[in-house]
Amino acid sequence: MSATVRRRLPYLALLLLPLIPFVDRNNSHVDFLANAGAFVLLALGLNIVVGFAGLLDLGYAAFFAIGSYSYAMLASQQFGIHIPFWIMLLVAPCIAALFGVLLGAPTLRLRGDYLAIVTLGFGEIVPQTFLNLSQYTNGPNGISSLDQPSLFGHSFGFSATPYYEVMLVLIAIGVWFASNLQNSRLGRAWMAIREDELAARHMGINTTTAKLAAFALGASFSGLAGVAYAAKLDLVSPDQFQFNVSVLVLSMLVLGGMGNIWGVIVGSLVLSFLNSFLLPQSTNLAHQIGLTGVDFTNYRFMLYGIILVAMMLFRPEGLIPSRQRKAEFHEALDDPALEAQEQSEYTSGAA
Amino acid sequence: MEVFFQQLVNGLSLGGIYALIALGYTMVYGIIELINFAHGDVYTLGTFFTLAVLTALGVSGELHGLPLIGVILLAVIVSMLLCGIVGVLIERLAYRRLRNAPRLAPLITAIGMSFILENVMQLWKGPSPVPLPDFFPNPALDVGGVSISAKSILVICLALVMMVSLQLFISKTKIGKAMRATAQDRDAAQLMGININTTIAMTFLIGSALAGAAGFVSGVYYGTTWFFNGFEAGLKAFTAAVLGGIGNIPGAMLGGFVIGLVEAIATQYIPGGQQWSNVIVFSVLVLVLIFRPAGLLGEALPEKV
Repeated sequence: MSATVRRRLPYLALLLLPLIPFVDRNNSHVDFLANAGAFVLLALGLNIVVGFAGLLDLGYAAFFAIGSYSYAMLASQQFGIHIPFWIMLLVAPCIAALFGVLLGAPTLRLRGDYLAIVTLGFGEIVPQTFLNLSQYTNGPNGISSLDQPSLFGHSFGFSATPYYEVMLVLIAIGVWFASNLQNSRLGRAWMAIREDELAARHMGINTTTAKLAAFALGASFSGLAGVAYAAKLDLVSPDQFQFNVSVLVLSMLVLGGMGNIWGVIVGSLVLSFLNSFLLPQSTNLAHQIGLTGVDFTNYRFMLYGIILVAMMLFRPEGLIPSRQRKAEFHEALDDPALEAQEQSEYTSGAA
Repeated sequence: MEVFFQQLVNGLSLGGIYALIALGYTMVYGIIELINFAHGDVYTLGTFFTLAVLTALGVSGELHGLPLIGVILLAVIVSMLLCGIVGVLIERLAYRRLRNAPRLAPLITAIGMSFILENVMQLWKGPSPVPLPDFFPNPALDVGGVSISAKSILVICLALVMMVSLQLFISKTKIGKAMRATAQDRDAAQLMGININTTIAMTFLIGSALAGAAGFVSGVYYGTTWFFNGFEAGLKAFTAAVLGGIGNIPGAMLGGFVIGLVEAIATQYIPGGQQWSNVIVFSVLVLVLIFRPAGLLGEALPEKV
């Protein structure tokens, strides 16, 4: 057995994941895992934009919305169009990627911080457009009773298990795709742009094309997640895609480790777990011991905020860092000039 | 035609509030090149501080004469002061350590601070809109069928006074000079003996105090607020700052008034304009960034490398 094979052995444990629904018969657990799977996909996609290419996209939920709404409009009674789920899994990522290009083409020439605010604006516009075009989207009520996916004549029904299995397959494809991207010529171009765009340009990298590719590919992941999530929930409505979803996915990246695929997956699982289990459970617990006034789920956004601030200050590379990103963050933070400045500030403060 | 002029007045009042917020964005961006996402929430906080002052004073109905002036002054000063302090704390806590970090890092903490502030306000005043006591008498001046309310005049005058004093402060005082020097070249400014940290903290103090003033007038003008108010207002104000030329103080003012006008006119003349007003404002932002990234009054500068 070669060393490479031995090193990869632990990954075999991942093959046990599809068996979870057959061991844990609690449907709510499987349901949680299926939802968490959608967020893993989102995090993998945003990781391409923020982690690999270093572009801050604050409107990522917009692409999620586009993916979900394309399924809702093309596979329901809404217009009487019924494109099968499996085909939509191919179509929706393309639609999302197209919108990624449409947003990216005019804005990617902008500097990083302007890009952040434009994507933020885009993230606001898209759900609002779905809200306002009520003759097509039923406005705030959203579109419900979407087509149930079926495989070999068996409809998925309302059990979470088939969706969980689908999510696993999609995540596996996503991980494979993202890790190959990372090591590709394009992936190296993204890394170069992230570290120094000017230098990258001078090395002959077409930075606009590379950034556009990051936007489109990142968006396509959320198209995928959108289709699977919408089919599972059987409903799409504009309020599912607000700014806080974009920030939630960003927090997953920051917590897990931007640029590291496994880190991002861990980050998204941890936050999904916090959201769906820990906060409601601890609220229940508090209610049981007589603290009826507290509701920890209200602190959810505070938690995202604290994660973003605390991680950036104390461990910007995340829990499971990518080696390059760690070096980038620490190169600047461990700058001797800054340390000297902080030092002098403390001494002058003491005087 | 009267409708048009009426919307002009409404747009200018709206724009006055955006302009005051935009000043803070533009100052902070000018000096440390950071989009302070938490700034919009500092503005909302200003409205809540105003509400707290009014509640503490037991104001419930309309006031006249000296009590009115006293209440206004007290509310403005308290909310400006408290917002200023909050701004300085945010800078100290979340931005200072990351001043030399990759650009992404302070942007992310800025988003985080914004979320934290929103949540704090939600816990403080609840998730629903909160009314403010309507203490400001609002006689309307009728000019040829166009009514100009006292509140509109208050908003526009306050915005103009603030801008002029800020402009004087930055161009005439020593601290203002230090700010301009720091914005131009931080290292060189430091070598000239300018205390960078104090100067940047001062920028946050003033910028956030202006957001506090905006929060006060918005409370008087609209008579209501909620914890999430600053998100949208902040985005529009940032658009205003970019439109005017980021880093440029008269530009931020101009941008604010233009955005307010665009919003008011669009609301009136585009069918369903109310629903689409955000979409229109952001489209303006994208168009400005593409065709005139330096803004209306800004000068095109080469990127600092």
